[in-house]
Amino acid sequence: MYDIKLEKLDDNRWLVPQTGAMRVPGIIYASDKTAGLLAKDESARQVANVAHLPGIVNFSLAMPDIHWGYGFPIGGVAAFDLESGIISPGGVGYDINCGCRLMATDLALDNVRERIKDLTAALYRRIPAGVGSTGYVRLSGKDQQKVLAEGARWAVQAGFGSAQDLETTEDGGCLGGADPEQVSARALERGREQLGTLGSGNHFLEIEVVQEIFDERAAAAFGLRKGRIVVMIHTGSRGLGYQICDDYLALMVKHQAETGIVLPDRQLACTYLAAQRGKNYLAAMACGANYAWANRQILMHLTREVFEKALHIAPRELGMRLVYDVCHNIAKIESFHVAGVEKKLCVHRKGATRAYPAGHEAVPVLYRSVGQPVLIPGDMGAGSYVLVGQEKAMNETFGSACHGAGRLMSRSQAIKSSRGRSISRELADRGVVVMAANKGTLCEEMPEAYKNLNDVVDVVHEAGIAKKVARLKSIACIKG
Amino acid sequence: MKKYELFDHTADIGIEFFGRTKKELFTNAIVALKDIMIEENEIKPLQGHGKKVAVEGADTADLLVNFLREVLYLFNGKRLITVSCVMTGFAARRLTAELALVRYRPEKHTVRTELKAVTYHGLSVVKEKTRWKARVIFDV
Repeated sequence: MYDIKLEKLDDNRWLVPQTGAMRVPGIIYASDKTAGLLAKDESARQVANVAHLPGIVNFSLAMPDIHWGYGFPIGGVAAFDLESGIISPGGVGYDINCGCRLMATDLALDNVRERIKDLTAALYRRIPAGVGSTGYVRLSGKDQQKVLAEGARWAVQAGFGSAQDLETTEDGGCLGGADPEQVSARALERGREQLGTLGSGNHFLEIEVVQEIFDERAAAAFGLRKGRIVVMIHTGSRGLGYQICDDYLALMVKHQAETGIVLPDRQLACTYLAAQRGKNYLAAMACGANYAWANRQILMHLTREVFEKALHIAPRELGMRLVYDVCHNIAKIESFHVAGVEKKLCVHRKGATRAYPAGHEAVPVLYRSVGQPVLIPGDMGAGSYVLVGQEKAMNETFGSACHGAGRLMSRSQAIKSSRGRSISRELADRGVVVMAANKGTLCEEMPEAYKNLNDVVDVVHEAGIAKKVARLKSIACIKG
Repeated sequence: MKKYELFDHTADIGIEFFGRTKKELFTNAIVALKDIMIEENEIKPLQGHGKKVAVEGADTADLLVNFLREVLYLFNGKRLITVSCVMTGFAARRLTAELALVRYRPEKHTVRTELKAVTYHGLSVVKEKTRWKARVIFDV
């Protein structure tokens, strides 16, 4: 199953040599601790497959949380020339703008310790989670068009949160070029009742506490203080994004032969960025991205309300504010230096986050002197990391870093090894209160199913593409 | 003969479908999806709730993906569980079928595994000695 000979470049990077019809080599970020895992699945082959696509620039990249996906590996990053390059719906993924949102509070652990079970239960009651859950926000056709065109801006105008939240959301919570006309009736229908829902699978809402600070200056800029309570939300564009991806994937497979592009894997179905079909997909994808930002904005607002009510405190006492919101399944037109010349490229990030350095104009003004916050959640027991983007990412990874720990076990393996155990009890023993709509999800998502978060984050940190700012420890989690 | 078998995939779920003929393989795949996705007990096909579908594909594998895609859409988009399937027309690149549908009710049906989408990754439909076999990876 594994026929690629990786060559070690340095302590944190492995080369996938250019062979056969590959247009560029691949580079996988991995340390001695994580590189061994690559032999367990097909992910290195997928890095090589992406390197076959027309117009790919420099390298087919994979972040240290790399694991076997379909088409692109999860953790894959690839940039394409706007004239000769392609756009691939599978390279973005089904859950368009799946991402993370971190909120800081003024609460100390002691303010919630005694109430954590009640608070978690209250969140679980208020935040719709699980298969096919529907939200409190029912959209009229006209409102839905606005959500797709305006994203989190619409949510703020509709009363969910404040304009300040938009300042620390990637792209201000609204990706340009969105055209609802390019979204199918099926996708619109699936999106109508799911705004303000968490969904299922690996999506979650976690209450965490800032456990350790590595970079005082960046932490101060991000408003992160040791011992304070924070909340992390991980979700995306729900059924609407899935349907957009699926519609365009089917369309591109149907017309693949016309493009003349030979693919090593049909899931990489694509078209040229310059082609009308490519433009249509980008316009529809932006709608999916905007829906996801509106979704996370609404969930943040609901969370804020639940905290105030459950803890009987005023908004000022709670002090909940958005640290940052990143997307990690997306394709974006961004500028980079290629062979010394600034060029606009289409960067696919499939399970990878942006990691822009200090001084970049896309970094919120509040953080411009330190760099963009990079949010990296781990498994349910491990908690999360906050990193800050570095200049090296602009030179090496098209301004990208990893998005999580990365799966290690298949879901059936996880279910097998959780047999006879109570995952929620085990997590409770580690100080994490868990509530889930589906017990099976807890087993599939058990901590051992993921790579060691510390090992993965160390690769990013040591490679210098993003630097550690803070470590967050989970204390409560709700899942679908 | 078994109708399906799961195989391991790190992030998602792989399913192998079987059938004595290609047509049977397609029918078995639909039944397998129901088994994998939904806890069985409460399901009885509703009278008069049949749905005719017509699906096309560039080849057999693409036809299978598009057929599965339609059935997943009915569940994920319409909350309708496809409990059985009668093939009314079956050619290399086009099929028509009549699906028996039951409305999903959370209080009656337990979702065992949520299959969110069907992918083309590692997709194959092949004839073995005595049977047809398809390998499909689903996003979960």
